[in-house]
Amino acid sequence: MYGCATDVDKPAMNTSDLDTIEVELFVQALQRRHGYDFSQYAPASLTRRVQQLADQMECKTISGLIEHVLHEPQLLPRLLEGLTVPASDMFRDPAMFRVLREQVLPLLASYPQINIWQAGCAHGQEVYSLAILLEEAGLYERSQIFATDLSERALEQAEAGIYNAREAQQWSRNYQASGGTHSLADYYSARYNLLKLDQRLRRHVTFARHNLVADGVFCEAHLILCRNVLIYFSNPLQDRVLSLFRNSLVRGGFLGLGMRESLDYASAAANFSAFAEPVRIYRLASQPEPALS
Amino acid sequence: MRTPTAIAIGCSAGGVDALKAVISNLDSRIRQAILVCCHSSSDTMDLLCEVLGRVSALPVIEAVERQLVRSATVQLAPPGYHLLVERDLHFALSIDPRVNYARPSIDVMFSSAAEVWADSLIGVILTGGNADGAAGLQRVRQRGGMAVVQSPADAEVATMPQAALDLAGADYCVGLADIAPLLNQLCLV
Repeated sequence: MYGCATDVDKPAMNTSDLDTIEVELFVQALQRRHGYDFSQYAPASLTRRVQQLADQMECKTISGLIEHVLHEPQLLPRLLEGLTVPASDMFRDPAMFRVLREQVLPLLASYPQINIWQAGCAHGQEVYSLAILLEEAGLYERSQIFATDLSERALEQAEAGIYNAREAQQWSRNYQASGGTHSLADYYSARYNLLKLDQRLRRHVTFARHNLVADGVFCEAHLILCRNVLIYFSNPLQDRVLSLFRNSLVRGGFLGLGMRESLDYASAAANFSAFAEPVRIYRLASQPEPALS
Repeated sequence: MRTPTAIAIGCSAGGVDALKAVISNLDSRIRQAILVCCHSSSDTMDLLCEVLGRVSALPVIEAVERQLVRSATVQLAPPGYHLLVERDLHFALSIDPRVNYARPSIDVMFSSAAEVWADSLIGVILTGGNADGAAGLQRVRQRGGMAVVQSPADAEVATMPQAALDLAGADYCVGLADIAPLLNQLCLV
């Protein structure tokens, strides 16, 4: 440790303060008009996304975007999609999928019914990856995957399971590196420049809307995957969502986060122990923590 | 420009040697935070941290999300993620789409650093094979920060510094060997 950089100067306050005001007003407008609360999102990325939305909708300023928020309710799905920017890949971080395959699934196999919650499933690539893992482990018939996202549009795409074929090579490499024993191409059909995942993979998937900011426990889960979602949340919101996961998991259940996510500032992390720290897989303690008085 | 608080450096994969040349000649008394975005296809920064750490007087680490930006430390953007700085001086990561085919993108890191440090930031663009960093450097200058660009004629690949010069211009455009002495001079005032 080199100590904290308390000697780094405080930032200058001038022209960009206007952006800060506009983003705050945007967030307030969205919340009061539509009930979606983005006030606990980490500001740097949120500001970038709001600015991008304004650019896409050809608004000169974020204030211009606010008019759309207030007066065009049909734009809400587009706004939510822009603010959550769904991003996913099949078998992204193969090392993590290898640990799931080789170490986590064998432990989950002891349950008669396996519930998995994919929180923030975006366009669904990881949902299908997970279904393939379960299929190959011979566990899929007694598994149920709950795939949730805030964005209606993202869920529609996830259900369709149609992706740009230019990703196929990278995804195949990822699949092989994760310990896949078949060919990824066995699980999709390709046409023109698109590939469509085998819809049989969806037979134990339930897609549903769920807002991690506001909604409660979704199901009793044995494994929760929530990768690269909490990176967009402030520390208090990250902590809140980790508590939600704690309350959703069975004792000894697993939690998988993104490869560079940090739990250093979340008190709820105390409930989890590292199962495979390098790939960010954690396990809920098998005994409940004593309640704080 | 005020006394610099931070230095942001951008280069692409061919820039490891350039990075070594700069980092190894930085003065050990430098207190500024140094942020580096280097395009790479590797999924780990361990090797680059080690290579740079061996020649650097300052510690070289991968930036960790939510942690405070450290002074007198070289902090590298992790592979596969955009690196941003929050106004409260903590790091943030994002997996938003690639910018200029790159994640981490120099534009994203520079723009966010420019919002935070404004006229106490130095942006440095080294050798590289695409135009990432040009818009970021422009933002640095708009916010009153200083721009240093490696002279394209001197760069292993001229595309990135040339694109930066064309779009943003520069306060200093110098050869690789002169960049560290310049930064030392700007920082140790």
